[in-house]
Amino acid sequence: MIKLAMSVTEETPGAIGTLLRESGSLSQFAIQSIRAAFRRPFEFDEIVQQIYMVGWRSLPLIMTSGLAIGVVLSMHTRAVMERFGAEALIPSALAIALISETGPLMTGLLVAGRVGAGIGAELGGMRVTEQIDALESLAVDSVHYLAVTRIIACMVALPILTTALNFCGLVGGYIAESVISGISMTQYFRHAFETVGFLDYLLPTVKTVVFGFIIGTVSSYLGYTATGGSEGIGRASTMSVVLSSMLLIFINVLLVRMIFLVFPNGAL
Amino acid sequence: MNGQNPAIRFVGVSKSFGGKHVLDAVSFDVPQGAVCCILGRSGTGKSVTLKLLMGLLKPDSGEIFLNDLQIEDLDSAHLVKARKKMGFLFQYSALFDSMTIGENVAFPLRRHTSMAEKEIQDKVRKRLAEVGLENELDHMPLELSGGMRKRAGLARALALDPSILLVDEPSSGLDPITSKEIDTLLLSLKTEEKTTMVVVTHNMSSARRIADILIVLNEGHIVAQGSVDEMDRSKVDVVRQFMSASKGD
Repeated sequence: MIKLAMSVTEETPGAIGTLLRESGSLSQFAIQSIRAAFRRPFEFDEIVQQIYMVGWRSLPLIMTSGLAIGVVLSMHTRAVMERFGAEALIPSALAIALISETGPLMTGLLVAGRVGAGIGAELGGMRVTEQIDALESLAVDSVHYLAVTRIIACMVALPILTTALNFCGLVGGYIAESVISGISMTQYFRHAFETVGFLDYLLPTVKTVVFGFIIGTVSSYLGYTATGGSEGIGRASTMSVVLSSMLLIFINVLLVRMIFLVFPNGAL
Repeated sequence: MNGQNPAIRFVGVSKSFGGKHVLDAVSFDVPQGAVCCILGRSGTGKSVTLKLLMGLLKPDSGEIFLNDLQIEDLDSAHLVKARKKMGFLFQYSALFDSMTIGENVAFPLRRHTSMAEKEIQDKVRKRLAEVGLENELDHMPLELSGGMRKRAGLARALALDPSILLVDEPSSGLDPITSKEIDTLLLSLKTEEKTTMVVVTHNMSSARRIADILIVLNEGHIVAQGSVDEMDRSKVDVVRQFMSASKGD
């Protein structure tokens, strides 16, 4: 089936042919990575190292962004709510907006920018300096060792980072609200969580596991297939951010629709 | 050489990149324990030959055997197994730049052996001492010169005591004295450990010192192969140019 698809795409000229070929290669790489993930050795040490690189080292960016987003969202929400005299709903509205959509999507895009570019450049650099070939020559499955570990790290780190961004966003919202209206912390957080159930937090947050898969796979693939020296590394890095961000936004639409279909009561 | 099947067989192997034929129906054998030097001008497919042998590239057609194991159709698990018996020194060393020199050499030992950490450290020191880098254990690759990186790459390639060693330009970037020391090391591997070697080189003096078989590649074809003496008597232009180049060394 894959061979048939490859032969069709090879005969399709121009940009559409390139798009189809690249999509096919990316899909093949994703399947190869999924298969490799279930083969021994499981590379636990490398996965932990990558979770540290992807998750822990992204935390300052995620927390700062979350705080700023919370402040800004709170100010915008207040501007709208004031018109309807519904200021008391500001914490709830902010919590819903953050937890259901803004938090997961912003985290995905921020990680795509920081981590996607990093993975693309790192693996691209390893490819053009033959370090990936060297790994293979030392009897190491390079897809498993380099790509799978990074993909798993992204899948593990994204939900945790999303939770951190949501939390910081709510804290930012509280800071903005307390300055303007003098609301107490207890009152603010009680209002914020009045309308948000555990499933409402769980579904959008679990959604980011898919974002992690997209970021890890796309950036690993582009780094893995980089050619042409430093220019190629730069291209791999940039394209990792652009392509994973675009895919992430597109897949997000599909996932939100799926969540609404499957959990009509739990999707806010 | 000793009546056994050849360690390496290349049978009608062709490889092209973007329509350019780099290798065209190339065939040769390397007997067990022999050193085969591949000569040829830049871009004639010497490094590609090594990568095909290591299974890093797949041939467009032809068959490649390593100790009777046909490698071009092996799946990744079997290829990994076959590569444990091989070592590869890359043209630009390809050391892992996130690891120290010691960690680079220890890497295959940690992954593929059950050796205790002390044994690994002893082996790393031994291999680095053989290439004159025993004091560079804790340095990062980028802190070393090109020649030192090359030697560290050789130490890493030898870490698992491979029975087949593929070497891409061992002398490039090395001074004549170090280059000679590397040749001596390769010769000792041949005599003491019976390692089969395929060495790509432009250094004819080095080739004369270490080679049992010389192969000259030109425009994707083997134009001549044989012992150093046979090649000295060759009437083929390219071969004569290569062989005469070394006489001035």
